[in-house]
Amino acid sequence: MLDTLRFITCGSVDDGKSTLIGRLLYESKQIFEDHMHELERASGKYGTQGKELDLALLVDGLQAEREQGITIDVAYRFFSTENRKFIVADTPGHEQYTRNMATGASTADLAVLLVDARKGLLTQTKRHSRIVSMLGVRHVVVAVNKMDMIGWDEDAFDAIVADYQALVADFGFASVQAIPMSALTGDNVAFRCERTGWYQGPILLDYLETVDVSKAEESRPFRMPVQYVNRPNSEFRGYCGNIASGSVAAGAPIRVVPGGAEARVKSVVVWQGEQETAGTGDAVTITLDREVDVSRGQVLSSVDDPIEISDQFQASVLCLSEHRLVPGRPYLIKLHTAQVGVTITDIKFKLDINQGSRLAANTLELNDIGEVTLYTSHPLAFEPYRRCKLLGAFILIDRMTNETVGAGMINFALRRASNIHWQAVDVNKAARAALKSQKPGCIWFTGLSGSGKSTIANLLEKRLHTEGRHTYLLDGDNVRHGLNKDLGFTEADRVENIRRVAEVAKLMVDAGLIVIVSFISPFRAERDLARSLFADGEFHEVFVDTPIEECEKRDVKGLYRKARLGQLANFTGVDSPYEPPLSPNCRLYTVEQTPDECVEQVLTRLETRL
Amino acid sequence: MSRNKQNELEAQSIETIREAVATSKNPVMMYSIGKDSSVMLHLARKAFWPAPPPFPLLHVDTTWKFREMIAFRDNMAKESGMELRVHINEAAREEGISPFVHGSERYTDRMKTEGLKQSLDAGGYDLIFGGARRDEEKSRAKERVFSFRAPGHRWDPKVQRPELWNLYNTRINEGETIRVFPLSNWTESDIWQYIASENIPIVPLYFAKERPVVRRGNQWIMVDDERFPLAPGETPEMRRVRFRTLGCYPLTAAMESEATTLEEIIEETLAARSSEREGRLIDHDGAGSMERKKQEGYF
Repeated sequence: MLDTLRFITCGSVDDGKSTLIGRLLYESKQIFEDHMHELERASGKYGTQGKELDLALLVDGLQAEREQGITIDVAYRFFSTENRKFIVADTPGHEQYTRNMATGASTADLAVLLVDARKGLLTQTKRHSRIVSMLGVRHVVVAVNKMDMIGWDEDAFDAIVADYQALVADFGFASVQAIPMSALTGDNVAFRCERTGWYQGPILLDYLETVDVSKAEESRPFRMPVQYVNRPNSEFRGYCGNIASGSVAAGAPIRVVPGGAEARVKSVVVWQGEQETAGTGDAVTITLDREVDVSRGQVLSSVDDPIEISDQFQASVLCLSEHRLVPGRPYLIKLHTAQVGVTITDIKFKLDINQGSRLAANTLELNDIGEVTLYTSHPLAFEPYRRCKLLGAFILIDRMTNETVGAGMINFALRRASNIHWQAVDVNKAARAALKSQKPGCIWFTGLSGSGKSTIANLLEKRLHTEGRHTYLLDGDNVRHGLNKDLGFTEADRVENIRRVAEVAKLMVDAGLIVIVSFISPFRAERDLARSLFADGEFHEVFVDTPIEECEKRDVKGLYRKARLGQLANFTGVDSPYEPPLSPNCRLYTVEQTPDECVEQVLTRLETRL
Repeated sequence: MSRNKQNELEAQSIETIREAVATSKNPVMMYSIGKDSSVMLHLARKAFWPAPPPFPLLHVDTTWKFREMIAFRDNMAKESGMELRVHINEAAREEGISPFVHGSERYTDRMKTEGLKQSLDAGGYDLIFGGARRDEEKSRAKERVFSFRAPGHRWDPKVQRPELWNLYNTRINEGETIRVFPLSNWTESDIWQYIASENIPIVPLYFAKERPVVRRGNQWIMVDDERFPLAPGETPEMRRVRFRTLGCYPLTAAMESEATTLEEIIEETLAARSSEREGRLIDHDGAGSMERKKQEGYF
């Protein structure tokens, strides 16, 4: 079968991407007669080229975009010549669809960047160049299109090329080839233009057919992420995966990372047999000469040059979601075949994608690219993305909605996980709790401002105290006067506010105390994060379920009035959301019950747990 | 060190199949008996060798398939050692739904789309392999490899998950499903060349042979059984034909051809001036018809 080149086309809206792809399909005789007939019909109806065929209609797939005349998703197109097969990712130029462009770029060997000769470099051109560079695309074709509209002017072409060279000087591209062309007429796309005698370079189709984009992955050390353990019976146990780098042979020693167990390769199993060796990209099943514990997410690695592990990383992250990425919030990370918990611990900066400058940021919004630090729940085997894409690329998944919220590339590990030690202490939680004759735990009150949390929490602590329990009450307002006085009320600050309080509560529970937390804590994700810090049965969520109308009527602190007057921003329930718990341990209705009755209800519910 | 370079497409498809199985609870493979299904099944067998693929095959039988397809299907299930589950929309069958009487659109909707949904709901599958390729049709060019379906099997192009690198987000909630297309990046010509190089068995209908056909519009339709309503006085004529794609016999046009070997088929395919789906009558039911069918749950 033919060698395949995967490339992406990008550029600003109306630079002529779809027309160019349509032209490539047309010139490589990939358009069947029935499609041509459909095209002729559609050109009359939706076309922008008068009586001429509108080749762009060949690639604009979904009906909505045929009608609106814009491309709204990534479309994959296929064509081949005698020498190569091509997979083209056609991606949109609109800013809000940058994530789709990153998607197309992630698997591309080369980028064809369209520039409208009349307009020169635009914001989108720069943005897209930066994105393809970040995603590790090493080869770029600058397709200076619509040259026919400016009379094939050599000086204009040279000026655009010079601008582009200056823009991408430090982008790390291995090759940049500029070609003057007209996708509409096909000049310098499939045949040489008669009016560009001044241009000696290759025409587009010839260049795509011959450009060498190979990387010497074979000579790199062996790594294979374990994707699936094939164990049909007790006789056979094979580790399946695609080789991410290097090669492997029967008899070779390997190490399982993380973990460190070592063994030798017994056989490389393939369809109906075995083979001596396998190389980068191959899908194989490996058996080992002894029983070691290997599961999905671990990496079979060369022993001489084993793969690194860490649980703290610095990475570039692109936000893919309408829901911003917030430090401290728990996500899932999928890195090669491993999937574990992760939090963004810090946003170092956000990239101004147009200028390349660094901006301060607390959160990452849709299409933002930021430099962040990550902390994973378990150590992971990895390679920096620049060295090996398949072992350094990851996605971030929202635990609640399962949405893919981010995509990222590991730049380096902050420190090796093997150096992190938890200080072991002899007097432990159980010993401290025993001395106090109680089960330590955290009772977490959540609810709107004015719902009655503090009143009930205060009464509850008094009750526990008179019963001889050792308690501590962490109240939202009080903590904001001290520990958290540097935090405001933005979403990012609210997340950090909760994270700190949860950590403090955790230390106090470790000290053997019953900790009562009274915080609005509006976001489900943060309450779940708090819960995750505690052992099973130690965290008790109490939802003070008072309707907002009632809270607003009480308005003890006068805050609702201020918020309604616009004097108080980000006020929960007014202009900032409150996500009620889905299954709290205890739910209190303060409209029907007195505070004392509420306390009674909490004590009854938690009686056996404290 | 020299070695035979493994086919890149094959390696990537095997990776996709393993990833889907490793991350799902109750996977199933749609098996439509055609050449793409044959390749997909072959890849699955390779992915899990020496074990058989750890999931069943599912065929939604419209009761109007070519007889040779059904014989081939039963044979392949036996050879692969996999369980074959066959589903027929019994309610529709009892109503006597037929492509000849009710028209292709209504028939497809009941026997295929509705039958498919019934069988998926009955099986409680969370992940369904399908053999669709992106080069087949325009709206499929934008299909994900892991295509997310809301409860009720609805496909919404706007909520599909971004797919970067080889990293697929396979997490779903109750009632949601994922359809996985391991052949996304294969072209028709890739399929044929792979069938040839791997000696993959395919239904004999793909090879040219004298077959009884009648003219309908500008297409040849094969008379596969006595249910075919012939016009008064009409008799099928024997012509040397073959099929470029296979579906329900009343809806699948034959092409006149002399190609009796894989080499000849490949040659004919490379030289073809019309797309393979031209022989599929349902694709022409109106502008954007495939896109609409997909939103309703069709593959």
